[in-house]
Formats: sequence, structure tokens, C-alpha cells
Amino acid sequence: MSFLWKIVARNILRNRRRSLMTGSAVAAGAMGMLLFGGYVAQIFAGLETASVQRNGHLTVFHSGYFLFGPGNPAAYGIDHYRDVMTLIEEDPVLEPMINVLTPTQSVVGIAGNFSGAIDASKTFVGEGFIPSDRNRMQQWDELHTGSIKLPDHRMADEAQGRGLVGFGLARMLGLCAPLKLPACPAMPATADISPGRVGALPDSSLVVLARQDAAGTAGESPAGPRLDLLGATASGAPNVVSLAVAGVERQGVRELDDNFIAMHLSLAQELVYGRGEHKATGIVLQLKHTSDMPAARARLMSLFRQHNLRLEIKDFADLNPFYGQVVGMFSGIFLFIALVMGTIVLFAVVNTMTMNVLERTNEIGTTRAMGVRPGGIRMQFMSEGMLIGALGTAFGTCAAIALAFAVNHAGLTWSPPGNASPVPLRISMPGHPPALIAGTWIALVLVATLAAAIPANRAARLSVVDALRHI
Amino acid sequence: MAVQAAVTLRRVAKTYRTGAIDVPALKDVTLEVPSQRFSTLIGASGSGKTTLLNLVGCIDVPTSGTLEVCGQIVAKLNADEMADFRARNIGFIFQNFSLVPVLSAYENVEYPLLLVGVKGNERRERTLEMLTAVGLAEYAERRPNELSGGQKQRVAIARALVKRPSLVLADEPTANLDSATGAAILDLMRRVQAEFRTTFIFASHDPQLISHADDIFCIRDGRIVKPDTGAAQ
Repeated sequence: MSFLWKIVARNILRNRRRSLMTGSAVAAGAMGMLLFGGYVAQIFAGLETASVQRNGHLTVFHSGYFLFGPGNPAAYGIDHYRDVMTLIEEDPVLEPMINVLTPTQSVVGIAGNFSGAIDASKTFVGEGFIPSDRNRMQQWDELHTGSIKLPDHRMADEAQGRGLVGFGLARMLGLCAPLKLPACPAMPATADISPGRVGALPDSSLVVLARQDAAGTAGESPAGPRLDLLGATASGAPNVVSLAVAGVERQGVRELDDNFIAMHLSLAQELVYGRGEHKATGIVLQLKHTSDMPAARARLMSLFRQHNLRLEIKDFADLNPFYGQVVGMFSGIFLFIALVMGTIVLFAVVNTMTMNVLERTNEIGTTRAMGVRPGGIRMQFMSEGMLIGALGTAFGTCAAIALAFAVNHAGLTWSPPGNASPVPLRISMPGHPPALIAGTWIALVLVATLAAAIPANRAARLSVVDALRHI
Repeated sequence: MAVQAAVTLRRVAKTYRTGAIDVPALKDVTLEVPSQRFSTLIGASGSGKTTLLNLVGCIDVPTSGTLEVCGQIVAKLNADEMADFRARNIGFIFQNFSLVPVLSAYENVEYPLLLVGVKGNERRERTLEMLTAVGLAEYAERRPNELSGGQKQRVAIARALVKRPSLVLADEPTANLDSATGAAILDLMRRVQAEFRTTFIFASHDPQLISHADDIFCIRDGRIVKPDTGAAQ
């Protein structure tokens, strides 16, 4: 150990209680930053995982779909989407990056349940996909959040007429009783509702169309309840398909939960395109690693340019603005907490080092008289601040890791915003993200060193004569 | 043969400013302190002894006049150069010992050698040699708070001499010691001064110390005067 560090370390031990208090303030700052940072990192990881499991990393759309397509999915379908998928699948650059490549079809329309005593209809937003691909997508957990979903066998590739509905939509369409949903109130009998409205329903165009087009298929089949889905085809003609409701899939956002229908890709295509050429709204790419996203995106754009395809690419953050909002909000809170912690550390170290300088003024005079340069005095006190910062941060890091370990193994769960089901409450520590620990350590040590610089400068500028006179 | 001067002051004045008032501490001092001698600076409290020692020790600068220490005109040095000059040429012995409390006796003596860049083995040998010279070899690992007043002052003497400086300045070195310990310290300083041929300048009231001096300089009201007469030299 160099002579400087020997003096520094012994001076820290000389005022054990004071150094301990200052080190504790630094440790508490480090712990606060790391635990909250770890929690935020876990939220980000959870959000990213949920988004990627649902929407993949990248989705290829017909050009203009993102701005105008949701109002008219039929007009913005990707022509020959299977050829495009083959192009992507067989590309030597993209092929090793892709985990799942699958088409989707968005659909909007009106869902009706006219079985038995129930006459209910509701606008819906539907998503058509290939069930096995979706199950594979939901196994993605690159960030080890532990939120892998069990394969959902209520929908199957071979059962093309089956689907799932949002809990709210199920309630509104009177599916609580047929689906035996807990905590779901059964729909009141039609006679109990306002007579004027009831009288109008049987003659409405939706009911007539639905009953004409889906005659014999609507109502409760042996497999479960059925819904009639009315949509407009690409040519503008009304079209009706029948959906066998296999269950509900709760959505985290009420608006979506009250409108959502998940169905097989083929059924969605049949509703939107009828007997015409089936297109797809999007081609979803779920990558093995999120870090490949920029490269995959660049390659896709290059491929589309090369083949004159009028397609655009959106990533999961584009498709889910909520993700960006949450990241922005929690980043801001983290920054605020880091600033508060940094300020506490700053004042604690300034206070301690100022007292140290005051107590050791005569010693400073002696060593300056012996030939220590002003810079040597400055270096000594700044090194003391740095060492207190480094030890405090190291202790705080160890405590944060221990506490995170305890939280992660306590089996706690919580429901993040936008999630319908609870997820494990976890704090990312210590490996992920390593930048958090390194950044916290560097930031707090830097703050402690800079805080010590203020009294250290004062010590360095002391007149030797005045310092020697100090008692 | 004329004795070469270790310190030369020509018309040196030092004035301190206290608020709006100028307080002259030294007035027009001209003095030559011969080298390799045991010189004493005597005078009453507030006469300017410590101010003169501070100037000679290059820890303060004169308000006017020329000061030459070990052949170096001090006014030409900046703060770092002055620190380096002190590290190489000047040893200090303080009234209150002023040892670094977190360092052992050995490390306190070793410290000045580190400042002038003396390397490993040589540094160790010289440190132990000096501790042996002051009779404290067996106390080398003790911290200052584990030493008596006399032992602390011996460590301070060893620390002042270990780098073999041209000049050692001591401000009331026996003031905080009992008479027996003070006498022992005085003998020790006299012995090491003779052994290492160093110039010693003391500021003291101690008649015992004054009686051992080769040269006596008397200061009164900031001026050098002839000893016992009070007349300006």
C-alpha cells in the first residue's frame, strides 16, 4: 500500500464513528439507487417481455397501415404475404435471428349473441393469428423475468372456428353463465330492460344479417357458446362468421377487455376477405435477441427496397406507446431519486471532510512545512472522500444484493399497469443490468470525491503559518 | 577563513494586516546566520522570533527585503517550488512536536525521505539509523500517543534530520518538556548537529539552551539587537 493510501485509510479509521456515519449515508444512497433501479429495470424487462410475447419485436405492415389501416384493415392487407414470409424466412441474414415468424390479421366489426333469451351485440376489435405460433411467442423470456405463459390449448391450429374473448366483452354479450365465469354477473332477462329498446333489437339489420348468414351455427353448440361476428369485406359487403367461444382472455386495459376477440387467422381472414384472396395485416417477427432488432430492421428494409415491396416496419415500442410512456416515467423517477441520493451523499461527505480539515489543520501545517505540496494535501483529502465513497457504495451494493435476493425469493407478486394477471415481484440484481451497479458505484464515488474536493481545496490553500498556529 | 552564511537577510521586513491595521512584526532586519553552527534566537514573547524563523523556514514570505536561504533567493520560488525546497533543505522541530498521529515513529521519520524520493532499502536504512541515533529504535512501531513527551521530541528531531538538511529550525523545542528531559534533548541536538554538520537555528527562552549556543541573536520589537545591551546591531 502506498504511503498516501496508508495515511488516508488510517485517517478514516481515526474518526471511526464519523466515517461510519458518512459511509452509512453513502451506503444508504447506493442501496436506494440500486434497489429502485433494479425494480425499474425489472419493470422495463417485464414490459418488454410482455410486448415481445404479444407483438413480437418487429411487425411488417402494408405501407400506411400504421396511420390509416386500423380503420380499414381490409384495404391495408399485405398482398401475397406468404411469399413475403418466405423471402424473410429464407434470407441468410435474418434466418438465424428469427425465433417466430407469423402472420396476423386485424379485424373490426360487431359481435352478437342471439342465442336463447339473449340478444346482445357489441363492437369488437379482433386479432387473428396462428395459435401454435402465438404459444411459441409466449415462451420468449430472454430477460429472465419468469413470466413465461403456459401454452394455451383452448385455441388450436386445426380448430379454426374457435376463439377467446375479453372478460368485459364476455360479460356484455351474456357469456358469463355459458362460460361459467367466476365473479361475472349474469345478464338480466330482456324483459327487465327498457321495453322501447328491446322491441327494436329483433328487427335491426345486424340481427337480420347475422341470422341469415350464420343460420344454424349461432347459439350454444355442444362445444360451448357461439358468437356471430359481422364485418365488412374488402369490397365493402357485409360478412358474417361464427366463432365458437372457447373461453376468456383477460386484458389489462378495460377498453381492450371490453372489445377484444382473439381468433384463428383463417377465421379473421374469412371475415375480412370472404372468398377473395386472403391477405394479412401484419407479419410478426419475434427475434431470439432484442439486441438484433436494429440489424433485423435494417435488413428487412433493404430486402423490401430490393424487391420493390411497399411495406413498413414497426417495432414493439412503436406499436405499444404505453411502453415508451412507462419507460419515460420510471426513468424520470429514477433520475430524481438518484439526484436526491447524490445530494445526501454530497452533503454528508462535505460535512465530514470539513470537520476533518478543521481538526487536522495543525497537522496540515506540519506536513506542508515538511515539504508536502498544496496538491499533495488536496490529493490526500480527496482520496479520503473517494475511499469513504467507495467503501460506502460497496457496502450499500452488498446490502442491496442481499435485500434483492430476499425479495426475489419471497414469492411476492404484483400486477403492473396494463397487465391482467399478476407477475412475480422481482428486483433485477446483481447481474442485470450490470451497468446499473457499475454506474451507481462510479456516480457515488465521483460525488464523494468531488464533495471532498471543496474542503480539500480549502486545506490546500491554508497558509502554512496560520495552520501551524491553529490549536 | 570566513564562515559561509546559511541564511542571509537584507533589510527584511514583515508586516501582518489585522483588519484595517498593519502590525509590523519584523523591521529592517539584516542578518547572516553562519552555517554548521548552533545558533539561538532569543527575545521576549511577541518580539518577532517565530516570524523570523517562519521566514527563514520558507513557510512565510517577507513583505520587503531579500532573504537567501542555503544559497536560494526565496522570493523567486512559487508555492510548489518552495515546498520542494523545504523538503530538500529544511528540517523543522516544533514546540508541540507535531508528529503525524496516524503514523508510527518509524513512519514519521520515514515521511521526509518519501517526499524527496529516497528509494526502498536506502530509505529503510536511513530511517532506522536516525531512530537509533536518537535512541528510539525499539519504539519504532509505536504511534505518537504511545510515546512520552521526550520521546516524541526525539522522533521530531529524527524526522528533521533524516533527510540530512542544510538547515534545521527549532521553535522552543524544549518548552513543553521538563528540565531533565529538556537537557537530554538539548544534548541530543548538540550531538547530532556535530555529527551531521547541520546548521541549527533555535528560537528559545530557555537559558540552558542559550548557554549551549555557538551564536546568539537577540531580537526585540522586530529588530535584531546586541545581546544584553538592547542596542541595535
